[in-house]
Amino acid sequence: MSEDSFNETNQYLTFKLDQEIFALSIAKVREVLDFTEITKVPKTPDFMRGVINVRGGVVPVMDLRVKFGMEPTPQTVNTCIIIVEIIIEGEKTILGALADQVEEVLDLDPDQIEPAPRVGTGLRTEFIKGMGKRDEQFIIILDIDRVFSSEELAAVAVEPAQE
Amino acid sequence: MLDQQKDMFREEAAELLTELEESLLELEETPDDQELVAKVFRAMHTIKGSGAMFGFDEVAAFTHEVETVYDLVRGGTIQVTQDLINLSLAARDHIRGLLDPAADQGVDRAAGNALVEQFKALVPQSEPASAQDNGPGEEPSGGDGESWTYRIRVKLAENIVFSGTRPDSLIRELADLGTCRIVAQTDTVPLLEDYAPESLYIYWDVVLTTDRGSNAIRDVFIFVEDDVELKIDVIDGGDDGEGDVNYKRIGEILLDRGDITSAELDKILGENKPIGQKLIDSRNVDPGKIEVALHEQEMVRASRTQRQSQEAAATVRVPADRLDRLVDLVGEMVTIQSRMSQTAIGRDDADLISIAEEVERLTDELRDNTLSLRMLPIGTTFSKFKRLVRDLSQELGKEIELVTSGADTELDKTVIEKLNDPLVHLIRNSIDHGIEAPQIRAGAGKKRHGTIRLAAIHSGDSVIIEIADDGAGLNQERIRAKAVEKGIIGDQDNLSPQELYQLVFASGFSTAGKVTGVSGRGVGMDVVRRAIESLRGTITIDSNPGTGTTIRVQIPLTLAIIESLLVAIGKERYVLPLALVEECVELRRNDVYEAHGRNLVRVRDQLIPYLPLRRTFAVGGDQPAIEQVVITCFEGQHIGLVVDRVIGEHQTVIKPLGRIYRDAQGISGATILGDGGVALILDVPQLLAGAEENEDSDY
Repeated sequence: MSEDSFNETNQYLTFKLDQEIFALSIAKVREVLDFTEITKVPKTPDFMRGVINVRGGVVPVMDLRVKFGMEPTPQTVNTCIIIVEIIIEGEKTILGALADQVEEVLDLDPDQIEPAPRVGTGLRTEFIKGMGKRDEQFIIILDIDRVFSSEELAAVAVEPAQE
Repeated sequence: MLDQQKDMFREEAAELLTELEESLLELEETPDDQELVAKVFRAMHTIKGSGAMFGFDEVAAFTHEVETVYDLVRGGTIQVTQDLINLSLAARDHIRGLLDPAADQGVDRAAGNALVEQFKALVPQSEPASAQDNGPGEEPSGGDGESWTYRIRVKLAENIVFSGTRPDSLIRELADLGTCRIVAQTDTVPLLEDYAPESLYIYWDVVLTTDRGSNAIRDVFIFVEDDVELKIDVIDGGDDGEGDVNYKRIGEILLDRGDITSAELDKILGENKPIGQKLIDSRNVDPGKIEVALHEQEMVRASRTQRQSQEAAATVRVPADRLDRLVDLVGEMVTIQSRMSQTAIGRDDADLISIAEEVERLTDELRDNTLSLRMLPIGTTFSKFKRLVRDLSQELGKEIELVTSGADTELDKTVIEKLNDPLVHLIRNSIDHGIEAPQIRAGAGKKRHGTIRLAAIHSGDSVIIEIADDGAGLNQERIRAKAVEKGIIGDQDNLSPQELYQLVFASGFSTAGKVTGVSGRGVGMDVVRRAIESLRGTITIDSNPGTGTTIRVQIPLTLAIIESLLVAIGKERYVLPLALVEECVELRRNDVYEAHGRNLVRVRDQLIPYLPLRRTFAVGGDQPAIEQVVITCFEGQHIGLVVDRVIGEHQTVIKPLGRIYRDAQGISGATILGDGGVALILDVPQLLAGAEENEDSDY
């Protein structure tokens, strides 16, 4: 998928991690599932929660809260798994991302999106595509490909196994 | 036609093509060698013949042109020239391309046609037409894909058996050309007083439907040309008789064959029984003659009926990704079905259970059928290597035995095909560089004959193929020197033997001091490595100086179903390949205490080390008082895996964990359980290796 086709969609799926609102380009989202039992793969970092069964396929699930330095996502009735389709090293990969709550699909024109501030979000700048706004509340639009880029995942692989 | 038969043909053809290549290269050096010409001709002939039989019509048609030329070379009409050799080698490559199922779309048809034109140009224009071609339509002398029906009478010389010829094998070869009915005619057998036991008195009437042409029929008798009376008539073929399935009446056939005169026929036709019966009754015609005439009638009918419905019977070629999709869907189906069965049993509803059982039966069948579309036992490749080893060891004056195991290990068809070249190269390497000459081996106190072990084994979601020789092993010093020389490593780099060995896979590395015909084909180990990596596999090498080298190729499966054992630790469930499981024993707290905290369990008279998986995998929850140790065996090494519970056997549809969990340790894949949950597949070999490493670092 080219950079251009992202820009064509101005629709974003918003979701909550802790108290903050994040958004993903709708083009990246395949579906949203209710929370289900996740099978942990041993000796992998905490933010990689494990794998789930999505209609016969095994899909890894990531805990974005842990990835972003927050407390692990607790399981509530609102907890969802957002299934996204991202490109890693040119290969289409299906991933699940845990969210405390999925909110809505939001239209945001490109001129409504501001570039990411350098400081203050507590997140690495390269993970953020831009900042949107809704009812005076900031929305962090994630560059999900970057969040799960091969370097990010490779950094994981060499982490020492935990006993 | 069954896929497996097609693959057998592909294999056979590939072998023939290899042979052909060798013959052609030899022929280049000794162009007058009639035996080599005959060898080339025979190879082409066989490829054409079996090709047509297994539905490789394009191969058959193309090879036919080449064969025609070599037939003339054999007859002395055409001389062997450098050009002809070049052309033939190009043709060989083209045939290979046509046979390659992976490159189905990518075959350069234009180049093929150009080759055909060049071959045709070599054939003199004034080729005399075959004298026997007096049948309907224009009968082709070679196969053109059209089926023709022939009436053949084979009369072999009475003393044929003295020359060592077996008439039965000739007749069988004839039968292999197509659909065929054979009747042995006994009217020439003399009375007992005149009977010489070693003489051949019978002759054969054959009705044969083939698309190979009359030359193919004559070629069957090529080695007994002087001792055979062969009469070939075309009785049906080409466009003749289209739309009309009915053939001549028995009387007409016999008349045609000259087995009866028209006066005799007319006389008998007055009566009212079936004509065949009447003829037998009247003793004008031998029953055998009637039998063959009946066969003729039947076969021509069959052949004409078949020609009318030919389009419907054609093989369907399906793109690989559609098959993949189908296999995926079936995998989902299997999972859902087991979920349904579980639910049905839970509901205790007899109707629902019976439906669930029906679905289960159908799903099982569907799954087996679908998987078998793509899976082939790797043994089909192994058998080919036997020949390779034999030929090469003879060539090099070495005594080598190839021992294979795990030939029934199934792998995706395309994977097997792509594995072939790398494996051939690795085996060639073992023969050429690994195993020493017999006298050197004897000098080193080893057996004169070397052994190459070729083994395939399922391991989680991959297949491991091992090529182990008991040869000289890798020379560390030479590898180091070469790697430094090539700039792959620095002068001062300190590498472990293990790391040194892996260097042979580096690009531009080749330690062979001299280029031999065996290993000097320009394919280095780096090409092998890349080929394996393109299959998402890995290759490692291990060696012991003096005792041999082991190369291990691990190829992942996209999807396979394995028999496995389902176990649980806490809430987590794991499966492990049943093939690796030897037995399960209980482990009580007391046993642990008695072993003084060492991870050893006594099984009968043996102490077996075990791995407490709960701790290794950091699974939470309480440890039960009695745990289970699943004793696994991999490559002769035993290791116990401690789990909470053993649930039972499980049909595991292997799902790859994907690139994110590519580096997960001790886990090779996942599978979906009947309740929709996910169970991880334990990578026993890796767990074993990990346990060894831990041991090394702990003490």
